[in-house]
Amino acid sequence: MIYRESGQFKTTYKTDQAILPIFQDRVAMALLMLFAFVVIPFIANDYWLSSILIPFLALSLAALGLNVLTGYAGQISLGTAAFMAVGAFAAYNLQVRVPEIPFLIAFIWGGLCSASIGILFGLPSLRIKGFYLAVATLAAQFFIEWLLTNFGWFTNYDSSGVITAPPMGILGFAIDNPLSKYLLVLTIVVLCAFAVRNLARSEIGRAWMAVRDMDIAAEAIGINLMKTKLIAFGVSSFLCGLAGALWAYIVLGTVEPQAFDILRSFEILFMVVIGGLGSVSGAFLGAGFMILLPILLNNLGSIITGSAISTETIAHIEFMIFGAFIIFFLIVEPNGLARLWQIAKEKLRLWPFPY
Amino acid sequence: MDWWFFIEVFMGGLLSGVMYSLVALGFVLIFKASGVFNFAQGAMVLFAALTFVRLLEMGVPILVTTAITTGVMILLAIFIERVMLRPLVNQDLIILFMATIGLNYFIEGFAQLIWGSHVGVLDIGIDQYAAFEIGNALINKFDVWAALIAGGLVLVLSLFFRYTVIGRALRAVADDHQAALSVGIPLSTIWIYVWSTAGLVALVAGVVWGSKLGVQFAISTVALKAIPVLIIGGFTSVPGAIIGGLIVGCGEKLAEVYLGTYIGYGIENWFPYMLALIVLMIRPEGLFGEKIIERV
Amino acid sequence: MRVESKNKSSTKIEVLMDIKDISLSFGGLKALQDVSLQIQKGEILAIIGPNGAGKSSMLNVISGIYVPQKGEVEWKGKLRKKIAPHDIARMGIARTFQNIALFRGMTALENILTGRNILMKRNLFLEALYLGMGRKQEEEHRQKAEEIIDFLEIQSIRKTPVARLPYGLQKRVELGRALALEPELLLLDEPMAGMNVEEKEDMCRFILDVNEQFGTTIVLIEHDMGVVMDISDRVAVLDYGIKIADGTPDEVRSEQKVIDAYLGAG
Repeated sequence: MIYRESGQFKTTYKTDQAILPIFQDRVAMALLMLFAFVVIPFIANDYWLSSILIPFLALSLAALGLNVLTGYAGQISLGTAAFMAVGAFAAYNLQVRVPEIPFLIAFIWGGLCSASIGILFGLPSLRIKGFYLAVATLAAQFFIEWLLTNFGWFTNYDSSGVITAPPMGILGFAIDNPLSKYLLVLTIVVLCAFAVRNLARSEIGRAWMAVRDMDIAAEAIGINLMKTKLIAFGVSSFLCGLAGALWAYIVLGTVEPQAFDILRSFEILFMVVIGGLGSVSGAFLGAGFMILLPILLNNLGSIITGSAISTETIAHIEFMIFGAFIIFFLIVEPNGLARLWQIAKEKLRLWPFPY
Repeated sequence: MDWWFFIEVFMGGLLSGVMYSLVALGFVLIFKASGVFNFAQGAMVLFAALTFVRLLEMGVPILVTTAITTGVMILLAIFIERVMLRPLVNQDLIILFMATIGLNYFIEGFAQLIWGSHVGVLDIGIDQYAAFEIGNALINKFDVWAALIAGGLVLVLSLFFRYTVIGRALRAVADDHQAALSVGIPLSTIWIYVWSTAGLVALVAGVVWGSKLGVQFAISTVALKAIPVLIIGGFTSVPGAIIGGLIVGCGEKLAEVYLGTYIGYGIENWFPYMLALIVLMIRPEGLFGEKIIERV
Repeated sequence: MRVESKNKSSTKIEVLMDIKDISLSFGGLKALQDVSLQIQKGEILAIIGPNGAGKSSMLNVISGIYVPQKGEVEWKGKLRKKIAPHDIARMGIARTFQNIALFRGMTALENILTGRNILMKRNLFLEALYLGMGRKQEEEHRQKAEEIIDFLEIQSIRKTPVARLPYGLQKRVELGRALALEPELLLLDEPMAGMNVEEKEDMCRFILDVNEQFGTTIVLIEHDMGVVMDISDRVAVLDYGIKIADGTPDEVRSEQKVIDAYLGAG
C-alpha cells in the first residue's frame, strides 16, 4: 500500500519522463543520498570506509562502465580491467610529468586516455560480434597488461617496482583520511551514475539498446552502427578508466598492473551479470554482492568451524559460489538482482494484500 | 642466422601447438554439437588432471585410475547437462557462453576444494628431458609423444563425426536445437555424450599437460590460449583445431624468441590473441570454419 | 470488403523511384532478371508472385540493401549509387520486416521513439545532464511518438515490453516505428502475414490512412489477394525473377500470364 502509484497521474510528458517518476522512488532516492552523504560519515568507522565502502564504490563505477558496453549496447567485453589500468597509469603519468596538474584533471585525463584505447580496441566490433568480440577484448587485456609491465616508460622508470600514487588535495585541503576519500569517491560515483541513467533514457541509450537487440533493424531505422558501438566503447572505457584511477589512488595507494589482471575483468563481468545487465542499480547491487559475499563467508566460516578457515579454502568456495550464482541468475533471472528488486517493488504495491 | 636453432624453436613450437590443439579439440566437440562455446573446458582439463593425479598419489593403479577418472568426467557431463544445459536450452548462445564462464569458476573452485591445490607431479613413464638430435637441433621426445597422442585422438574424432550416425546427429543439434528436437533427436542424451567425450579429451589433455607442467591451477589458464587456436582454425573444424594449434604454438614461440630481444619478453602472453584478432578481421570464420549467415 | 477505389488519375503522375532493367544474382542464382518498375509518388503498389519469385529481393533492391549487378535505380530523378544501410532511412525510405524486427528489450513507446533517432540531434554532454537540448528534444519527440500511438490506437500498450505483446500488436508497433521516421516511401514486407480477419481489416485501414493522411508512398509484398486487390493502386507481378505484369489490380488479375504463374501452366 505504501508503494502504490495510484493517484499519481502525469499530465505532461515532461513529468512522465522524469528520472524517477514515482513519488515514493524520489523519496527513497533522497533518503539514500542523505544516508550516504550525511549519516555514514558519522556512523562508519575507518575499517568500513576503507575496506568495504570505498572499494564497493570504485568497483561499482567499473561495473557501471561495463554495463554501458555490455548491458546497454550488447558488446561483450572481457578486458574491463585493462581499461581500468589505462586510466590509472595515464592519470599517474600526467601528474608525474606535469606536477602542477590538479588530481581531478589527471583523473579525467585518465578517463579520456582510456576512452581512446577503448575505442581503438572496439574497432573489431564493427565486424565481429558475441564471443568473437570477447576474444578481441581478451587481446586488449593481455596486450595492455604486458605493455604496462614491460615498458619502464609507463612507470617513469621507477626502480623500486612499486609506484606510490601521488597525494591528492583540493584547494589546499589534503584528501588523506578515509572519510575525505570516501566523500570524494561517493561524489564522483553518484555523478557518474546519474549521467549514465540520463544517457540511457536519451537517444544514445536507445541507439545502444537497438544495436544490442537487433542491429539489422537498427540500421534500417537509420542508426549508424559504427558510431553507436564506438561511442559505447568510449563512454564505457572512460568510466572504467576513472574507476581504475580511483582504485589505484584511493583503494590501493599504488599504481601497478597486477591489480588489473584478467581475474579483475571477470570479477566485474560477474558483477554486471549478477546485478543485472542494462541497469544502473544493477551495477551497485552486483558490486555489493561480490564485495560482501567473501566477508560473509569468512565470518560464517569462523562461526561454523570455530576457527578461521584457510584463505585458500575460502577462495575456492568463493569461486564455486560466484560460478553457481552466475548460472543461477542466467537461468532464473537474466536481468539479475535489479529485476528481482523490481519484482519486489511490484509486490510492495499490493502489500499487505496478497493479490 | 642459426638455422638449427630456428628449426629447434620451430619444432618446439609445433609440438607445444599440438598440445594446445588437444585442449581446443574439446571446445570444438562441444561447439559442433551444441553451438555452445564452453569456456569451462580449461577447468575440465584441470579437474580431470587433478582427479587423475590424486588417485595415483593415493596408490591406485594406473588403469583403475583411468577408469575412475573417466567415470567422474561422465558424471560431470551428466551434472552439467541437468543443472545448466537443460534449463538454458532455448536461450541465446551468448547467455550460454556466460553460463560456461560461471561453470568455469565453479569447477575450478570445486576441483581445488576437494583435491587441494598443491602441485601434483604426474609421471606417465615418458622422460621429459630426453631429446632427439637432428643435426644441431634438439627435439624433445616428450613433445613428440604428445603430438602422436593428439594426432591419434584427432583422427578418431574426425572419423567419428563424419561417418557415424551419432556424428551426424551431433551436427544437426549444433545447427538448431529446436529443429533437432522436433525430428526426434534426444537432446539430453546427445549432450551427455558430447560433454562426456569432451571430458575425456580434457582428461587426455590434462594428463599430457600435467606431465609436462605438473598438475596445477595454471593449466586452466593455458586453456585460455585455446581460444585463439579456435578463432584461427575455425570453431567447427577438427582439422582446424590442429592447424590453429600449430600456428599458435609456432607463432608464439618464434615471436618470443625472435621479437623478444627487440620489444621485450612475455610476448607469448598476448601474441596468439593479436594473431586471432587479425584473423577475425580478415576471415571471421577462421581458416576452416563455416561461414555464419544471418537472416532477417 | 471492397474499398472505394481512389481517383488518382486526375493528379499528375510523379515518379518517386525509377527502376531500370535491373538484374540481381547471388553467385549462380539469378534472383531478378531485367526488371523495370516505376514507383509513383503517393500510390500504393503491391508486388506479388509465387514463392521464390524474387519479391523480397525486389524490396531489398528498392530499399538499397542490395545493389543490382546490372541496371540503374533512380530516386527522385537522380541516379542512386551504393549507399550505406544506415543512410537509407535518411533518404526517406522505411521498412517493416517479414519476421518482426522489434527491439525486444524495450517497450512499444521506446521502440517508436527509437525510430525518431534520425530526426534527433546528438550531444552526449547535454544528454548526460538531461539539460537544455538534451531534455527538450526528448519531450518534443515524445509528443511526435504519441501522435503515432494515437493514430495506431495502441495507447494502452505503450509501456508494455514488446516481447509480451500479441503478434498483431507487435506488427502494429513495428509499423509505428517505421512511421516515426516520417518516410516518403514505406516498404511493407508481408504486413498481413499471420493475422486473422479482424487484424487484417485494421491493418488495411491503417495502411490506407497512412497513404491518404500522410501522403506516404507505399510498396507492399503480400500474399492475400483480397487485400492486394482491395487496397492497391497498382500491382506488379513477379515470377522466377521476371516481371510478368504491371498495372491496376483489374488489369493484372485477368492477364493470362499471371493466372498461369499462380496455377501452374500446363
